[in-house]
Amino acid sequence: MAKYLLLKHYRGAPAAVNDVPMDRWTPEEISAHMQYMHDFAARLEETGEFVDGQALAPEGTFVRYDGEGRPPVTDGPFAETKDLIAGWMVIDVDSYERAIELAGDLSAAPGAGGKPIHEWLEVRPFLTAPPTITE
Amino acid sequence: MNEVLLRSLTPNVLGILVRRGADFAAAEDAVQDALVEAVRVWPADPPRDPKGWLVTVAWRRFLDATRADAARRRREDLVDEEPAPGPAPAVDDTLQLYFLCAHPSLTPASAVALTLRAVGGLTTRQIAQAYLVPEATMAQRISRAKRTVSGVRFDQPGDVATVLRVLYLVFNEGYSGDVDLAAEAIRLTRQLAAAIDHPEVAGLLALMLLHHARRAARTAPDGSLVPLAEQDRGRWDTQSIAEGVEILQAALARDRLGEFQAQAAIAALHADAPTAGETDWVQIVEWYDELARLTDSPVVRLNRAVAVGEADGARAGLAALAGLDPSLPRHAAVAAYLHERDGDLATSARLYAEAAQHAPNLPERDYLMRQAARLNARQSR
Repeated sequence: MAKYLLLKHYRGAPAAVNDVPMDRWTPEEISAHMQYMHDFAARLEETGEFVDGQALAPEGTFVRYDGEGRPPVTDGPFAETKDLIAGWMVIDVDSYERAIELAGDLSAAPGAGGKPIHEWLEVRPFLTAPPTITE
Repeated sequence: MNEVLLRSLTPNVLGILVRRGADFAAAEDAVQDALVEAVRVWPADPPRDPKGWLVTVAWRRFLDATRADAARRRREDLVDEEPAPGPAPAVDDTLQLYFLCAHPSLTPASAVALTLRAVGGLTTRQIAQAYLVPEATMAQRISRAKRTVSGVRFDQPGDVATVLRVLYLVFNEGYSGDVDLAAEAIRLTRQLAAAIDHPEVAGLLALMLLHHARRAARTAPDGSLVPLAEQDRGRWDTQSIAEGVEILQAALARDRLGEFQAQAAIAALHADAPTAGETDWVQIVEWYDELARLTDSPVVRLNRAVAVGEADGARAGLAALAGLDPSLPRHAAVAAYLHERDGDLATSARLYAEAAQHAPNLPERDYLMRQAARLNARQSR
């Protein structure tokens, strides 16, 4: 088993095929989308592949240390061009192929007109602990 | 076996151990062990005196735990002082435990965790699940909290207001995991109300009961949020409402108004309306005025603007909103609502979309996004 992070971007990913913003969908289309996401997570729980899923607020701030005795420096909210994470799902699957398959399913979530969004999701493998057997 | 009934004995048993000379942190661990043991043993072999059983087992656990360490001599002194077995003493230190667990030296998160464990009798695992953190993290939080209050004298009088804030936080966390925190908060507030006669304790209990009564109606089958005006009032829990109203009326009659009583009064006025259209908004505005006087909170004035919009029209609501800081949480949502009622659909749709961007949780974000979508669809038609 290997863990993968499926990353959804507010900004920074290539444009989706069906990229009408959500406030321009009908309320029914929004409901259908929510239902799809919910069912997707539920299905992964059933197959024993779901680990975690979280959504993030769009506002974020960069922070860095600014030396002894000084408060940290903050920068933000981000400029419009900045890559912005919307949320993630962590899955634990048998193969890279399975991770790609699931990300493809997730990207098929319906959007405007009830048609798949074809949204670009980023798939990132977790680095793991070293194996016990090394030779 | 009724687990809630079992847990309701927790503060009493813990208080007895502390009075016998056990330090709070060790006594609390011992009581947890005894609760776990009770869950295991009682179904097959229920004791005649549950509290006495818990005291005996917890005390033994406490002695076992202290046996190995350097406090041996002190333990032997304690054994000498151990009262003869028999009915547990009637002294109830429940209130003292509430004060200790909500001690001002604790952070809110620590006070909440400690209260749920030491007063509520929940296990660390249950509390961790409810707050979606790893069990080891919650265990650390609780043991740090215990260390923080280790120097606090147990018989010191505490501040009811700090306890109420902790219980309010627990209630507001709602429901996640297998522990119903809202129901647990009500149980703990009820237990507190039995231990101390205080109108704000009654006010908070009434507030919780009145909000809890609407719980089933607040969520649609698909998990989406149903706003107050659109809820099926037939699904409100009338028994819970009746109890909340009765408790509130008795509290208000004592003429020592506080913010929880005022909030409960607003909830009671909503509960009282057979339909959303029959809501007594004029009285609700008056209660918001009281609340603003008591708390001086901008959030209260924001909610007041909604009530003014209902009582005196959208224009009046927008005027009430005008003086408030737009960065207040939910400011855009309130503005969107009032602009729609004022007939300005374009502004409303834009504000709803903006509000969705700033929503603090997913159901609220989905709800606001749907509102924006609804208005945009209406305009493009």
